Amino acid sequence: MDKNIKVLIVDDFATMRKVIRNLLKQGGYENIVEAEDGVVALKELKSQKVDFVISDWNMPNMTGIELLKTVRADGDLAKTPFLMVTAESLQDNVVQAVKAGVDNYIVKPFTAEVLSEKIAQIIEKYKAS
Amino acid sequence: MDVRYINPFLEGTISVLKTMAFIEPRPGKPFLKKDSTAKGDISGIIGLTGTASGSLALSFSEKCILKIVSNMLGEEITIINGDIKDAVGEITNMVSGDARRRLEAEGINLQAAIPTVVSGKEHSICHVLGGPSIVIPFETEHGHFVVDVCMGKEQ
Repeated sequence: MDKNIKVLIVDDFATMRKVIRNLLKQGGYENIVEAEDGVVALKELKSQKVDFVISDWNMPNMTGIELLKTVRADGDLAKTPFLMVTAESLQDNVVQAVKAGVDNYIVKPFTAEVLSEKIAQIIEKYKAS
Repeated sequence: MDVRYINPFLEGTISVLKTMAFIEPRPGKPFLKKDSTAKGDISGIIGLTGTASGSLALSFSEKCILKIVSNMLGEEITIINGDIKDAVGEITNMVSGDARRRLEAEGINLQAAIPTVVSGKEHSICHVLGGPSIVIPFETEHGHFVVDVCMGKEQ
């Protein structure tokens, strides 16, 4: 499992970005960039090669689901692995995210082990396809 | 207030703090609170609407929240700063989400608003329904905090 992948964390809460960064480091991931909303995330995605996106759902300016739809509709970014993080797990939200092309979905709270496992599953899926 | 609301918030609180801050809080006996004075130094408050409506507040003592957030971030924080306020909002959000998943299993569907954070000695908590609220006290090795819930049927 390649732990050198560049991971983009998108969350409007600076503290939550730090928490996820901390959990990623516990899982061996050190190559991390951050964005505070979907708009900034898109700029990051356009300006550098990002291997994996971990995005919050509820954010101002551009939500996680809007970011996901924009990424999937962009020829250059469409195949970027995308993990949605949220406090919500309502059925409608899950269906909406799956329809928009999310690779997986993780509900807060979660451990470093669960996060690493989800990332590994998604990376393996992309390798196999 | 319907007692069915108590356990999901109690269990959600324990789950969030155990998973994100590696702290297992011990719940005490819930009690009725009629005034608006917070039982802590910093509080996160979130409005809830849907099958029922109301609000949830988490109020932490300074010592307790400093340890919780230090554990969450993997770095020691010694004063209530922006990171702490940010984290209180996020913890409130997560407890709300976890509790709402548990309530959903019982046929109670709730949506949450954006959390707000208030700090200071003897600050006030204004519940959406005005009160009274049920308070669940928690003890940890690093101080106390309370979960303050005021829920009722949709108006």
